[in-house]
Parts: sequence; structure tokens; C-alpha cells
Amino acid sequence: MLTVAAPALDHLAGSLIQSVDWVAIAPPLVPAALALVVLVADLFLPPARKALLGWLSVAGLVASLALLLPLRSGHRRTFCLPSPTLPGPTHGPTSCSYVADHFALAFQLLVLGGALIVALMSLVSVEDDRLPAGEFWFLLLASTCGAALLPACRDLASLVVALELASLPAFALVALRRDGRGGEAALKFFLSSVTATAVTLLGVSFVYAASGSLYLDRIAAALPNVPGQLQPLTAVGTVLTLVGFAFKTAAVPFHFWVPDTYAGAPVPVAGYLSVVGKAAGLAGLAAIAVLGFHSYGRDWGLALAVLAALTMTVGNVGALRQRGDAPHSAVRLLAWSSIAQAGYLLVPIAAAGYGASPGAIGATVAFALVYGVVNLGAFAVVTSAGTRLDEYRGLFARRPAAALAMAFFLLNLAGLPPGVVGLFGKVVVFRAVVDAGMGWLAVIMAVNVVIALYYYLVWTARLFQPAPDAVATGRRVPSALVGALALAAALGVVLSVDPQIVLQLASGSLFG
Amino acid sequence: MTALLLALLALPLAGAAATLLPALGGRRALWLGVAVTGADLALAIALAAGFDLHRPAAMQGVTNVAWIPALNVRFHLGVDGISLPLLVLTALLTFLCALYSLKKLPAGGSERGWTGLLLLLATGMLATFAVLDLLLFFLAFEVVLVPMYFLIARWGGENRGPAAFRFILYTLLGSAVMLLGLLLLGIKAGTFDMTALAADHGLGLSRGTQVIVVLAVGLGLAVKSPMWPFHSWLPDAHTAAPTAGSVLLAGVLLKMGTYGFVRVLIPSTPLGMHTLAPYLGALAVIGILYGSLACLALVRPGAKGDLKRLIAYSSVGHMGFVLLGIATLTATGINGALFANIGHGLITGLLFFLVGAVKDRYGTADLDALAGAGADTGAALYGRLPRLGGLLAFAAVASLGLPGLAGFWGELLAMLGSFQPAAGLSRPTFLTLMALAGLGTLLTAAYLLSVVRRVCMGDPTVESPATAKAPALADVQGIEAATWTPLVVLTVAAGLWPALLLGLTTPAVKALLGGS
Repeated sequence: MLTVAAPALDHLAGSLIQSVDWVAIAPPLVPAALALVVLVADLFLPPARKALLGWLSVAGLVASLALLLPLRSGHRRTFCLPSPTLPGPTHGPTSCSYVADHFALAFQLLVLGGALIVALMSLVSVEDDRLPAGEFWFLLLASTCGAALLPACRDLASLVVALELASLPAFALVALRRDGRGGEAALKFFLSSVTATAVTLLGVSFVYAASGSLYLDRIAAALPNVPGQLQPLTAVGTVLTLVGFAFKTAAVPFHFWVPDTYAGAPVPVAGYLSVVGKAAGLAGLAAIAVLGFHSYGRDWGLALAVLAALTMTVGNVGALRQRGDAPHSAVRLLAWSSIAQAGYLLVPIAAAGYGASPGAIGATVAFALVYGVVNLGAFAVVTSAGTRLDEYRGLFARRPAAALAMAFFLLNLAGLPPGVVGLFGKVVVFRAVVDAGMGWLAVIMAVNVVIALYYYLVWTARLFQPAPDAVATGRRVPSALVGALALAAALGVVLSVDPQIVLQLASGSLFG
Repeated sequence: MTALLLALLALPLAGAAATLLPALGGRRALWLGVAVTGADLALAIALAAGFDLHRPAAMQGVTNVAWIPALNVRFHLGVDGISLPLLVLTALLTFLCALYSLKKLPAGGSERGWTGLLLLLATGMLATFAVLDLLLFFLAFEVVLVPMYFLIARWGGENRGPAAFRFILYTLLGSAVMLLGLLLLGIKAGTFDMTALAADHGLGLSRGTQVIVVLAVGLGLAVKSPMWPFHSWLPDAHTAAPTAGSVLLAGVLLKMGTYGFVRVLIPSTPLGMHTLAPYLGALAVIGILYGSLACLALVRPGAKGDLKRLIAYSSVGHMGFVLLGIATLTATGINGALFANIGHGLITGLLFFLVGAVKDRYGTADLDALAGAGADTGAALYGRLPRLGGLLAFAAVASLGLPGLAGFWGELLAMLGSFQPAAGLSRPTFLTLMALAGLGTLLTAAYLLSVVRRVCMGDPTVESPATAKAPALADVQGIEAATWTPLVVLTVAAGLWPALLLGLTTPAVKALLGGS
């Protein structure tokens, strides 16, 4: 009797008390713990020593990146429930809330690496813009924690919570700049984000009603068997959930906050939003679409394809309209271009809905990593060289290294050699969409790539123009900023010589 | 062989990287350019000397290693009878351009920048003719854009900014669509390897797929070639570009388009090419007639025709012959196309050098300013600068296809090919095209002889607006003579001994056409 009862008790205990794999969750956990340490330490540090907080955060992010290494086999999972359909001693396939597979690891690498570059850039800005150090680092780390948590989440509740954890501190980060612009920008950002969350939650509730579960794998199993009268509800639910996440990536028509917010925020925060914030939305979108809603691929695939086409077109047209002499025009141009790039990032996910090869999601991940590196590099130059496009005239004559790095980043964003990795990033996206047989989307994207080339090239050409007379030679660039720039440039060069490092992500399925 | 080919590509790239060092400023950068391109030319000649002439259809000096396994991109290089002449031509023209810049670098930027861009451009051009992987081909195709853009935008003449943008945007729109076509071809055929695709001759690709691939890839190649009606970037770019830019643009960049047709489309998608060949031929002939009529309009007194613009339009006409030869899908026609490629590279390269020299001396290339608009006195170069005038006349008659010079054989073979097009193509259509192309040669002769009359002839004692401003000028100088002699010699050699080139291309073309 005892021998029969023991496994049953075991099973009962297992469902109540979950064993936690601390190694697996360490990468997002470190920034969270550090955020609290920073907040408390801020109270006890004299104003002269506040710079320590920044270096502490940088060290924490490096540690967090290092903690990804033991996970690289990609098999860790935790917070698991045994399958309800197979009770008893034989534990069936379990559903886990947190899975550190290659998809999650790639996005965590992007999020933590991006946050590290942003942190290096911020070491200077926090002092220059006189931002409150403790609050700034706390918010940055908290938001990073959410963004790093999100790609590993495999149930809708955790995904929504992680997404909010990533975005709520971001509103405050935007508002930290105390010159009036920040407040308005933060409000715009907040209102659009909250609307997007509401849409997502509505979609989640529909899907839960139809499938009876929040776990992505269980939803995937249940959706094909949804009774007939619930099918329209399910279709609407899937589309609403994904559209909500797409809004977080600044897809049209919820892109209006982007240019104002980027211009209002401190420049490193704008860089953070353009890469880390976008990566969070994108990771959620990809995971839900492919793991949960695969059987409704045709519905959300088309919705995402249209959204992607609109987003890239609107983003590029907006970027084209930036005038060189306007204040913050460089940041605004990068903001609009980041909207356009979000459009490209959505393309392979849409293609996955249309039954492209398993590498399609990998194409998004690979392109996001490439974009993250070169875009943060561009923001690092903007932090040091100025936020108006006209300030870049003749930069090569004044600061050749910064100008060459900027030219390299811009050509990577445009996808032109010598920015080889930028070019191949676009090639994998094109490959996914050609593979899925969506010719119209491929052609729209091709035209957009050419439009985008125009403004990137105008900017690049500006760098090498003869310098306007008598420009005051800038102050010495702080070493942390040089470090951020050098890191991004070195990554870009290494990836250009051997694109396989990142493109291997696009050669097979990342999940599992 | 393998090491030679790798070094041929690596050397200019290393040279371009070296120009980033601030120590290599000023004249030193220009000498670096001459040294690197000279060494590269020596490598190209060594490559040609080591080339096994008994099997020109086979790829030689092959390197084939995996580069990006995720995309199935292999670092696959090789040279055969089709690409070898183009590689040598490219190395030669780059060297001559570097040598010519020693004499006079146009104002606009530092010597370091100029040399770096020229070497980067050389890398891209040489790579285009040496790679055997579709995506690598696309990459090489794109590499040339940024340096050429900056060469035009920084060192160019009047109106250079818009012209440079028009050049790069047109080409890019074409190549973005071309990328889609290449991806479609690679995904459907299961390989991006050009030699494998050529060996399959379109096996397993439906006619519909092939037609779409030819349309998409062909658009990118047609913009580059340029084929009418996608040529409109060319006259502006040529007119605005500095002399070296014009020479390389006409001498090499245009060939990348027609080379793509021969290397990629003809062997990989025979059905698609067969379906679209009549349209390609028709557009080619329109290009021939349009180019020569535009030139005739420019050469009239009072038309304010710019000599550089005129030669640019003449390139549209000449590349029309190349495309017509390709459209016949016969060994004769394609051989003619490849021959015309080389001939045009030599002759038009020389013409742009000469016109650049005229422009340097008189400060304008405007025909009316040189020769007088109303009275049409003629610039009388024969009298004022006899050597320059003689060379210009030589290049002009070579360009109009005088037998015995390099321009003749390509046009003849292209028309001969359309006299007897490939089986299945409508013969009456191609006979009509041939007749119209023949008319084009007459028009070409007409405008080039008019150029000779207006620029070279005349009474040296009567001053035109331009000559009045610059009374006493030096004739051909040392560096100029050194730059132009190889082109003159090769133009005569290719004209008198065409078998040298045809012996290389014929077996390779036959292999591409599937042994027919």
C-alpha cells in the first residue's frame, strides 16, 4: 500500500512545490537582485561616489552575460507542471514556464549585451544630464531583468508580466530627463503601451477561453481541436494577442510615440528602447506565434505580413522627411529607421505563419542581433558626436575614428558592403520570405531597403564632407563611451568577416 | 593558380585597408595605389600565363571552402575562359587609372581616400568576375557601389551629388530585385553554386520559375549593363564622374551586368532565357538606335553637347550590341558579346581618358565651346595638339567598329549570331533586329565621324571660345602616354588577332550552352 501511495504523494507534492533550477534563471535574476542593491546603496553613498553605482551595474551585466555560458547546451527548463492528461506514476510531457532553449539564450544575449553597451554609454550621460544615479540604474536593471526574462517564458501569464516588467521602468527612464520634453515623451509612451497591453490581455482571455490553458504547448495542442463555434473567437484572440506584442515593437499604427520619445529621452535610453525594448516585444511575439498559435498561422501570418509592410514603409518615409538642421534630427532619424527595421524583423515571423522552413524565426533572431549591435553602435556615436544631423558634417576631419565607425554602422544598417553582416542579415530575412512564397512582401521589402539606403547614405556622405569652418574641437571622449563604441565596432567587424557566428541561428529550429 | 587568384583579390583589399593609416598621406598614397594595382596587374598576367589554354571551359585555380554554412554560402572562386579576359582587363584599367591619377588628382578630397576607394572598387570588380557562388556574386556586385558613389560624389564635376545618388539608387533597386531572383533560383534549385547550377542547365526548375528568375535577376543586370529603358542613370553619372571613375564605370562596371547574363542566367535558366530572349533582343536594339540617335543629337552644332555625355550614350549603344549577342543564345552571338565587352572596355576606357585630357586642358568638354557653336570652326586638335588629336581620332574610329580594330569583331559576331539565332527563336524577328542593328552601326559611324570633324579638324588659326582662353598647351605628356599606350596596343592586337580571345571564350561558351 505504501509503495503504491508514495509516487502519488510525490506527484501531489511535485504539483504544489516546484523545484527551481537556479542556474537556469540566473541571467535574469542577477539584474533583478542588483537593481535592489543599487537602490539601497544609493541611499548610503555620498554624491561624489555615485559613479560607483554605474560601474556596479556594468559589472553585474557582465556577470549576467557570463552566466549564459553554462546554459549553452540549451536544455534547461524549470517551473514545470506535469501533464494533467497523464496522472499517476508515469509523468507525461511536462509544461514548463521557463525554458532556456537556444531561442531564449539568443535573445537573452541580445538583451543583456545590449543593456551592457547602453550602460557603458550611460556612465557618461548620467553625469552630463544630471540624472538621479540611483533611480536611473535601478530602472535600467529592472527593465533589463524583464526583457531578459521574457524570451524564456512559455506561458501567457508570465509573458505578459515579463513584458510589463520590461516596459514600466522604461516609462520612468524616459521621464528622467528634467527639461519638460521627457515628461511629454513618457506620457505618450505610457498611453500607447497601456493600450497595447489591454489589447494583448483581451486576446489572451479569448485564447484561454478557447483552449483552457495558459501554457503555450498546451494551447498549441488544444487549438486544433477547438469546437466550431469557438473558432472565430480563437482566431480573433490569436490575432489580438500578437498585435498587442507587435505594438511593443513599435509597429504601425502604434509607432507615434517613438520619434518623440526617443528625442525626449536621454540618448542611451533611446538606444535601449530601440534595441532591448524592441527585442522583448519581438521575442514574445515569436514565441507565442510559433509555439502556441501555430495552427492559426494563416490568420496571424497575414495580419503580421500586412503590419510588417506598413511598418517598414511608414518608418522609411518618416526617416526620409528628417531635415538636417532640426534639433534632435539624428535621434529622430534613428527612431524612424528603427520603426522601419522593426518591419523587417516582423517579416520572418509572418513567413513562419505561412509555413516557411524552421529557420524563419532564426532569421528574425539573427537579424535582431545584427541590428542590435550596429544600432547601439550608431547610438554610441550619437551620444558623443551630437543629436543634430548637421553636426556630422565633416566629422571625419575632426574625429576620423568616430566617423569611420559611424560610416560602418550606417552601411550595416543600410545593408551595403563593407557592412557585410548587415547585408547578410537582410539576405536571411529575404530568404525566409521567398521560401514562404510571399512574393509581394519580398518586393515591398526590397523597395523599402532601397529607400532606407538613401537616408543612411546621405548621412554617411555628410561625415566625409569638408568640415564647416572653425568648429570648436570637442572635449575628450570619456573612456566608457569609447569602450561601448569599440565593443560595437569590433563585434560588427568580427561578424562581417564570419557571419556564420550569428547566421547559424537561421539554419534550424531554435526551440526545444 | 589558386594562390594567384586569391592574391589577386586580397592584394587590393589589403591596400585599401592600408590607406586607413594616416602615415600614408599625400603623394605617398597615390604611389601606394600605383604599386598595389601594378602588382595586381602582374598577378593577373601571371594568372593568364598559368592558365591552361587546352581546357578553357574548365574552372581553374578553384578555391571552394564553406563560409556561411547557415546560408549555404561557399567561398568558391575560379577562373575560366570567360572570366579570365575580364579579370585581366579590370586589373589593367585599374592600374592605368591609378597611374593616371599620379598626374592630376581632381579636387575634392584627400589622396588617401581616393586610393582607398579605388582599391576597394578594384576588389569588388575583380571579385565579381572570380566568384562562383550566387550570394557571393551578389556581395561582390554590391561592394563596388559605395566606392563608386564616393568617387563620383567627392571628386566629380558639376552636378555630382544628384548624379551619384541616381547611380547608386538605380543600381540598388535593380540589385535588390536581383537578390530576390537569386534567392528564388538558389532555393528552388537547392544550391547557390554557379558551377552546379550551370551543370544542371535548369533541370528541375519549371518554366514559370525560370521566367520569374530571369525577370528579377535580369532587371538587376539590365540596370547595370545598362539596357534601355534602364539606362537613364548612366549619362549623368559618366558626365559627373572624374576621369578614372568614368573609365572604370564604362570599362568594367557595365561589363558586370552582361557577364551576369552569361555566367548566371544563360546556363542556369535556359528555358526562361529562351522565353524572354526576343524581348531582350528588341530592347537591346532599341538601346543601339536610341544611343546613337542621342549622340547624333548631341553632336549637332548648337546642341551644347558634352563629349563625356556623348560617349556615355555611345556606351548605351555599344552595350546594346553585347545584349543582342546574348539574346541570340548562340555560341557565335555570345562570343561576340564577350568580345564586344573587352573591345568596349579598351576603346571606351581610352576615349574617356582622352576626353578627360581635353577637359583638363580646356576646362570644358562642351562641343560648342570647343568647336564653336555658330561658325563651327572646329577645335583643330590636329593642328594644336597633334598627338592628342590623332589618338582621339584613332579611338573614335575604333569605337565605330573599323575592321582591324577591337570594336569590329564583337559587333560583327553579335549580328552574325542574330542572322542564325538559336533553335526555337523566331528567325524573322532576329533578322529584323539584325537589320536595325546594322542601321545602328551606320548611325554610330555618323556621330563619331562628326565628333572627329568638330574636335580634331579645323583651322588652328581660328579661335573657338574654349581655345581662345587657353592658347598654348602641352601635347601628350609622359604619364599620359604611358597610360594610353597599352590600350592602343591592345585595341590593335585584339582587332588583328581575334583568335586569341575567341579561342578562350568559345569552348567555355559552348559548355555554358550545354554542349550544343
